[in-house]
Amino acid sequence: MSTTAEPTPDKYSLGQSMKRKEDPRFIRGAGNFLDDIVLPGMLWLSIVHSPYPHARLVKIDKTAALAVPGVVAVLTGEDLAAHNLAWIPTFHGYDKQMILAVGKVLFQYQEVAGVIATSREIAQDAAELVDVEYEPLDPVVNPFQSREDKIILRDDRENKTNHIYHWEVGKRDATDAAIAASDVSIKERVVFQRCHPAPLEPCGIVADMDAATGRLTLYLTSQAPHAHRTVVSLVTGIPEDKIHVISPDLGGGFGNKVPVYPGYVVAAAASVVIGVPVKWIETRTENLTTTGFARDYHMDVEIGATKDGKVTALKVTTVADHGAFDAAADPTKYPAGLFGIVTGSYDFANAFTELDAYFTNKAPGGVAYRCSFRVTEASFAIERGMEILARKLNMDPAELRLKNFVKKEQFPYPSPLGFVYDSGDYHLTLRKALDMIGYDELRKEQAEKRKRGELMGIGISTFTEAVGAGPSKHFDIMGIKMFDSAEIRVHPTGSAILRAGTKSQGQGHETTWAQIAADELGLDPQNIMVEEGDTDTAPYGLGTYASRSTPVAGGAIAMAARKIREKARKIAAHLLEASVDDIEWENHAFHAKGLPGKAITMQEIAFAAYTNPAPDSEPGLEATFYYDPPNLTFPYGAYIAVVDVDPETGFVKVRRFLAIDDCGTVINPMIVEGQIHGGLTEGFAIAFMQEIAFDESGNNLNTNFTEYLVPTSLETPHWETSSTCTPSPHHPIGAKGVGESPNVGSPAAFVNAVMDALAPLGVTHIDMPLTREKVWRACREASTA
Amino acid sequence: MFPAPFDYHRPGSVDEALALLTRYGADARVLAGGQSLIPAMRFRLARPAVLVDINALSELSYLREVDGMLAIGAMTRDAALETSALITSKYPLLADTSALVADPVVRQSGTVVGSLCHNDPAGDWGVTALAGRAQIVIRGATGTRTVTIDDFLVDSFTTAVGDGELALEVRFPTPPPRTAGSYQKIERKVGDFATAAAAARITLDANGAIADAGIAIGAAGPHALRVRDAELLLNGAKPTKELIRAAGDAARKLADPAADNRGSVEYKKDMAGVLVARGLIAALARLGVEGLR
Ligand SMILES: Cc1cc2nc3c(=O)[nH]c(=O)nc-3n(C[C@H](O)[C@H](O)[C@H](O)COP(=O)(O)OP(=O)(O)OC[C@H]3O[C@@H](n4cnc5c(N)ncnc54)[C@H](O)[C@@H]3O)c2cc1C
Repeated sequence: MSTTAEPTPDKYSLGQSMKRKEDPRFIRGAGNFLDDIVLPGMLWLSIVHSPYPHARLVKIDKTAALAVPGVVAVLTGEDLAAHNLAWIPTFHGYDKQMILAVGKVLFQYQEVAGVIATSREIAQDAAELVDVEYEPLDPVVNPFQSREDKIILRDDRENKTNHIYHWEVGKRDATDAAIAASDVSIKERVVFQRCHPAPLEPCGIVADMDAATGRLTLYLTSQAPHAHRTVVSLVTGIPEDKIHVISPDLGGGFGNKVPVYPGYVVAAAASVVIGVPVKWIETRTENLTTTGFARDYHMDVEIGATKDGKVTALKVTTVADHGAFDAAADPTKYPAGLFGIVTGSYDFANAFTELDAYFTNKAPGGVAYRCSFRVTEASFAIERGMEILARKLNMDPAELRLKNFVKKEQFPYPSPLGFVYDSGDYHLTLRKALDMIGYDELRKEQAEKRKRGELMGIGISTFTEAVGAGPSKHFDIMGIKMFDSAEIRVHPTGSAILRAGTKSQGQGHETTWAQIAADELGLDPQNIMVEEGDTDTAPYGLGTYASRSTPVAGGAIAMAARKIREKARKIAAHLLEASVDDIEWENHAFHAKGLPGKAITMQEIAFAAYTNPAPDSEPGLEATFYYDPPNLTFPYGAYIAVVDVDPETGFVKVRRFLAIDDCGTVINPMIVEGQIHGGLTEGFAIAFMQEIAFDESGNNLNTNFTEYLVPTSLETPHWETSSTCTPSPHHPIGAKGVGESPNVGSPAAFVNAVMDALAPLGVTHIDMPLTREKVWRACREASTA
Repeated sequence: MFPAPFDYHRPGSVDEALALLTRYGADARVLAGGQSLIPAMRFRLARPAVLVDINALSELSYLREVDGMLAIGAMTRDAALETSALITSKYPLLADTSALVADPVVRQSGTVVGSLCHNDPAGDWGVTALAGRAQIVIRGATGTRTVTIDDFLVDSFTTAVGDGELALEVRFPTPPPRTAGSYQKIERKVGDFATAAAAARITLDANGAIADAGIAIGAAGPHALRVRDAELLLNGAKPTKELIRAAGDAARKLADPAADNRGSVEYKKDMAGVLVARGLIAALARLGVEGLR
């Protein structure tokens, strides 16, 4: 570190609620989203989907569709097979996925054929005319049925089993022994239901093969444009310099825009073959039924404790439903993502977790929906487990948590399942939350209400996440290490362009990236233009998901800026006619030691870099940095929900919700608050209304927004937010990442609150979503029991 | 998704609209607010060959009291009721309904008459129309007729409006003194169709007994249902907790809902009862009768 003094905050400093630079164009409808892209001569792709969840493909008759004027081609799996594209490998390379069905279909709505036509309307009309004959097979719709291996779904695989993999970490025997020997133990199956990220903008592509230059340009709804360029090159053999991926403005991603989807491949293949641009954009139903779902973990949680409430051991056994293909986009060495964070914020002496994943006749996925690879599932398991334990011990759940938290002097804390937590003060954050919400008063009110038979509940969730994948020694996708990058060029007049390997989907990178560079360089953040998403111009990076942008690319930006500052120091020395060693950086400007009155700004240095460069140094002022983080970061929070339950209808009113987040250094408090509001709203939806459910025949029951419910401002509770700050000791600016915390932490708070309300009725657990009917049923069964 | 091909007409008068409807008969559909018809066309569940758009007929947009009735024109949007002083002061049952149907954006376009003509089993306005004893004025090539709401709601998505006909308005009797109503709805989120719904309208006599009751439930059968047994129990009786419970039970008994993502048959039946009881309690509270919870 070259910094010499603690800066006094000024207009360049971090931590200010600067308005988002990207918003004027979004608010004015002047963004440039995938569906805004129209190229001359462009054709349209529409996809034919299977009505059956499991069936043999008997025959596909294209005649009627091809006869429609304007239809250029109808593609099937067999056509793709001729180009070796009927199947492609999934991200981590352990499995492959079908692009267009060959032989059989494995889930309802699976892609069966593609119709290419001169307009979107013609393509869709003709898609209805593709005549597909199926021979229905018995479907397998849950992983417990799948596990019996009575019906083998994937006859393309060598191993004739529906079992995909077994994964485990920790000490099995010691954990089992500790649970057996504990004074008190609990065991509960908690299911994190299949849900869907449902970004408002669905997925799409415009593929443009330029026959003259041999270059394939792909406008793609991509959270990871560089990774996608590499995948396309590896799968097709097209050299990477001939592939140009541009991810335009994105209307949300939440992990849904990480995988490679059949529509992308079919459109690109069609453009390559036909030689004109081909566009495909999903309908809402296609997005919900075919693209990456999230969760679908069935978790058995066991905790052992002493009778005075000290936890001794944790064991979590999971059955995971991966759908038709193992297409979860996890880092290679982490098939179950970062599920090992399941010990949460607590100091367990013994822990063990194992997981078995199975194929079913459902859409593939298992994406990191606003979470760092299965961290949400893990947080839900431990936070529900602690709540259930508190009740069994007859102990206040806040007290149980305070008793078992990792203590601040234990950091860096090696967890029993292999992480090293960077920093935290869990006691401080929970105490602040209890104080702010008036916990003791609420408990008194609850006691009064219980006497009158009224159902009021208070639910706590004190989660810890592992985000910012990740250090190259552990993390890669397709072998590519999970670093990220930044390039900054300072222009002669002191403005700059900053490019990064990440890709904002609404997170506000155009603002926060500029703020990081501004603080490091003493340049006006308004005049640092941020550009992402274009693989021709941006440095290589693995993209934005898993709360990795600030922990990884944020580090790269700070480090690139520091490289520039080191060069600037030499120029300052040259301009001030002083020795480099005597140049100090203070209050966002340089001065010679002892002469703070004669400061020289970065703007002046930038001009000199081009007009009066220092001797022995190159002209210009720019730098690139590839940042390989030394560790993950571990943001955490304390959330409290207060609910009232109407036993007659099962309606749950979320009366209050307080979220205290600790994400280390805050770059822009307004943006953090916005991220928290959005994520809490998603968590609320997951807890109370969202599920991608299937009937016994394998029919998807939630195929549009009438049935997959997205809350509006009218039913969304009021959010109260606050923060504590324990900077990450290893991150260049101490930031930990925050975008996902509210989605990770809140579901357990909601469920804990409802279960607390239902405690007098003896109800311990209800699986999400907590619909009115489920709550009503629980109340009713309790009253008749 | 987008609709299958169709022809489109935008008549400038009611007569012109009727001429078009007569000409195209069963091939034609009236387009009012489009909040049910357009989604159905986009999902290609409806494929009308011809649309007759009545949005230019501003003469059909009104809320007025005539001869002891409130008349709501065929192009009167839900939002107009929500913001009308006449409705909020004199027609609490309609005010309640207009604030609970669909969501604020949909209410800017959707019409009361269009909703009745659509006759969705879970629609809100049919329930209120039954409890409010509404009538619908229908015009065809051969003239105008008025039908009671009971005769108007024929089956799911089917009404008394025939091919070549246009519903012109819906009429609600102006409530006599000591009348109040309440609309109750369980929905998964704002903008969702009802999981269960109930409308209650009560007129009290000078002795505090119920002179006239209108009770109906929604999402409990092929279309909104009048709970006749509850009305019979209530008429002439003094409101008590027991009476209210019995009215709710009559609704439970009558309700014949379909199971779907909104809930099981068992849940929906019970909610029909709960909401009838709550509707009665709320309506009576509006008349100053408390303590019935
Ligand atoms: C997101 C969303 C949520 C909704 N939620 C609810 C809800 O909670 N409760 C609810 O009740 N409804 C709900 N609706 C439906 C909404 O209230 C519709 O506005 C209403 O059902 C139909 O009214 P409309 O004017 O839009 O009719 P349109 O959609 O234009 O027409 C509906 C049908 O009625 C016919 N029709 C319309 N007007 C006439 C006429 N004058 N004469 C003859 N036939 C006619 C049409 O031909 C068509 O068949 C919702 C709609 C949406 C889009």
